[in-house]
Amino acid sequence: MTTPYIANTPQEVKDMLNVIGAKSIDDLFVDIQPHQRPKSFALPAGKSEFDVIEHIKKLASKNSSELVSFLGGGYYDHYVPAAVTALISRGEFYTAYTPYQPECAQGTLQALYEFQSLMCALTGMEVANASLYDGGTALYEAAMMAIRLTNRKKIIMDGGVSPIYRKIVKTYTSNLDFEFAETPVVHGQSDRGQINKLLDNKTAAIILQNPNFFGAIDDHSDIVAKAHSLGILVIESVYPLSLGMLKTPGEMGVDIVTGEGQSLGLSLNFGGPYLGFMTTRNKFIRKMPGRIVGQTVDKEGRRCFVNTLQAREQHIRREKATSNICTNVSLCALQSAIYMTLIGKQGLKELAQVNLNKAEFCRQLLEKIDGVQVKRSSPTFNEFTVQLPMDASVVVEAMIDKGFAAGFPLGRYYPGMENYMIVAVTEKRTKDEITHYAQCLAQVVNKKELAHSS
Amino acid sequence: MELIFEKSVKDRRGFLPPVSDVPVQADIPAKYKRKDDCPFPEVSELDVVRHFTRLSQLNFSIDTNFYPLGSCTMKYNPKFCEAVAQIPGFAHLHPLLPQLRKGEQWVQGALEVLFDMEQLMCEMTGMDAFTMQPLAGAHGELTGVMMMAAYHKARGNKKRYIIVPDSAHGTNPASAAIAGYEIIAIPSDANGVMNIAKLKEKISPDVAGLMITCPDTHGVFNSQIDKITQMIHQVDGIVYYDGANLNAILGRCRPGDIGFDVMHINTHKTFTTPHGGGGPGAGPVGVKTKLVPYLPISRVVKDKDGTFRLNYDYPDSIGYIASFYGNFALLLRAYAYILMMGKEGLQDVANHAVLNANYIKERLRDILDLPFDRVCMHECLFSASRQTQRGVHAIDIAKFLIDKKIHPPTVYFPLTVKEAIMIEPTETESKQMMDQFIDAMHEADALSQSDPESFHDMPRTTPISRPDEVKAARDLNTNYFAVQGQ
Repeated sequence: MTTPYIANTPQEVKDMLNVIGAKSIDDLFVDIQPHQRPKSFALPAGKSEFDVIEHIKKLASKNSSELVSFLGGGYYDHYVPAAVTALISRGEFYTAYTPYQPECAQGTLQALYEFQSLMCALTGMEVANASLYDGGTALYEAAMMAIRLTNRKKIIMDGGVSPIYRKIVKTYTSNLDFEFAETPVVHGQSDRGQINKLLDNKTAAIILQNPNFFGAIDDHSDIVAKAHSLGILVIESVYPLSLGMLKTPGEMGVDIVTGEGQSLGLSLNFGGPYLGFMTTRNKFIRKMPGRIVGQTVDKEGRRCFVNTLQAREQHIRREKATSNICTNVSLCALQSAIYMTLIGKQGLKELAQVNLNKAEFCRQLLEKIDGVQVKRSSPTFNEFTVQLPMDASVVVEAMIDKGFAAGFPLGRYYPGMENYMIVAVTEKRTKDEITHYAQCLAQVVNKKELAHSS
Repeated sequence: MELIFEKSVKDRRGFLPPVSDVPVQADIPAKYKRKDDCPFPEVSELDVVRHFTRLSQLNFSIDTNFYPLGSCTMKYNPKFCEAVAQIPGFAHLHPLLPQLRKGEQWVQGALEVLFDMEQLMCEMTGMDAFTMQPLAGAHGELTGVMMMAAYHKARGNKKRYIIVPDSAHGTNPASAAIAGYEIIAIPSDANGVMNIAKLKEKISPDVAGLMITCPDTHGVFNSQIDKITQMIHQVDGIVYYDGANLNAILGRCRPGDIGFDVMHINTHKTFTTPHGGGGPGAGPVGVKTKLVPYLPISRVVKDKDGTFRLNYDYPDSIGYIASFYGNFALLLRAYAYILMMGKEGLQDVANHAVLNANYIKERLRDILDLPFDRVCMHECLFSASRQTQRGVHAIDIAKFLIDKKIHPPTVYFPLTVKEAIMIEPTETESKQMMDQFIDAMHEADALSQSDPESFHDMPRTTPISRPDEVKAARDLNTNYFAVQGQ
């Protein structure tokens, strides 16, 4: 045999072919006509497990994963407790499939019910689905859901929503007859004046983010009230860990909440897999995309869990489904459920406070650097915007040589903001790291020659 | 089993965050704060470990049970692929690093993986380029259909319809509809493949394209597949290959050689990344040259000096379909698997998957009806029509198998066959395991004759019996806290 993953011995192959009545395995491929055979299949020869691991370790060494990270932008360097990794590595979880047979999938189903409950608690909402792909695609699904719910075709997006997410929403809807408007951010927060001008009875939804891409915290209750008076739904993308402390979208009256769950116990993994989630109000559940787990009873009246409201889904409703999603990110949802359970009520609150303290300490140090401004017209959580006396991308590049991923320069997505960057400080950053970071940043911005190298 | 919330005890805790070692106690104004603490459970780490360990033990999984779920390719997930995904140089890599100035130099290893994967997948499928970005198979379908739309828009084509076979996965029509197309479904012929005469009737200049699996969900390879792709090309349509069943033809046939223009690969099927209880997956999409301009951004390119970078400069691209570069940790597992298997190993995947399916088909044909009685590919499709006449349905046989510690095959799909039972043993199962399954099926058949009533309270060995699904949908309870608050 060519691999340890095929069990059939030569004798068994012979026996099985006998049963089938075929002379060779080739006979079984008789439906593939000679002219349909591959023009080429020039793949490398197989390798041993050891050789492949060595090769991949060598590739890993070409990455700089050891930088001390102040990089956020929606994806954060949080600590993942060992118990999370240990539990998620159980084969009974990760080698199972979608729970189509509930009697032998109660583990996955109950865990997803608990996940849904935890997400509702965190966001202050009534119902959740069992996950979507990631934060960006979840926001697109929310926009589509709002369009279905309102029968309107206009969407307003706040400029504080992740620019990556806004691009995704636009890509998916480019072949559809929808209208988009974007509003700028003023003094870090949503521009009420502009938003109020745009809200009208043709608008399906307004999309907001809290904290926004610049790190600013807002209370969108007033926008929600105005939107609801015109029959407009409010969608809010959130950073789930911040909700250990921040006013929930539920408390603001938001209709659909989505977000990126990476901060809830998932590794950064160079972009995925992550965890898209969605929570909403009871009354919207039948228009929600994705799987939903519900509690019920078995024949003996014992509590159990099943996939429910499946008539919304593609395997039943086909082209009339609420979404085309099939495989979601169950294992990531489970991982975050374990994380949320482990950190618990007290841990969540404390973790949010530690993030807030460390970010504030960092902000205060950066403020003291000549030429650096940390304007703050609204409060921030663990990420904030810094104005530098030169191109932020040049500064960040210089900081990498000193061992830091110093932040994310805003010029890439916000033309005119080339001298700004966002800086994230999680619970993993120590006082010494933050102090050293501030010292290095001071050195870099005060080297005048750097300003000309851009 | 108790919910974790029911195990909560006030002031108990399972985690201590890193200490706040900075001389600052910050706060934010009350108007921005949540009113009540988030009601997460208060449990110890041991409580958490026991709870989730016990939950895991309620599952059937590949690691514990034969899992011949048709169309899902539940084959063994090699442990070393999991180890590879944990290598810190990849697991801790921030996706925004390459978007920093000259940032690509900090992620050369990751970009090399993506670049190599594109080359490998092109060679395996006969496509000209791949994007690794789609996050699942259905996501790949949507990406493919959007590229189709961009192609027609660029050529000034006014197209309305996408054709799918009636045996298609539900994701095909759903993906096409979400991208703005209307659906035409074509029935199958007596051999289980698309009815070409019916296809001819429906083809018109309004047809944007066709989406099809091959082998299809009947487990049959359509020998006329290149005729179909030609017919679609004649009206300037695009032909989409749903790669859900690619594992059956590795090394035997390449979609790119038989007229397909665009396709996706489910890494969790063909390249055995774990299914995870329903994801995450990854759905790389391959295209022929005519669709290359429309691929999503970014794309990985290799410069003459051997360095890799991300290129965003494709003016005709459909744009961003995912936040970053795909489900990287899954792609990395698939990459490790492909390198280990190599050319012959991958050919053997198809060889033994097809051998095993045909073996099961021959051994069960005496008790189950074969709607399409011919050589099958990686899965065999039966109907439980004989058993149904005795009052025992496909679902009852499924529950019988659960008591035998075997995960049931796919039942009631495809929708084209009544009482469908679709069995995909995969190449990684042994003859002994399959014989055990075959014996169980014979036992079920005998019991359907001697005591059909006995099926109705199966399964009996699981922690729960059959759930009341009607109650689940009627008395909706999807959130513990909502119910508590009532």
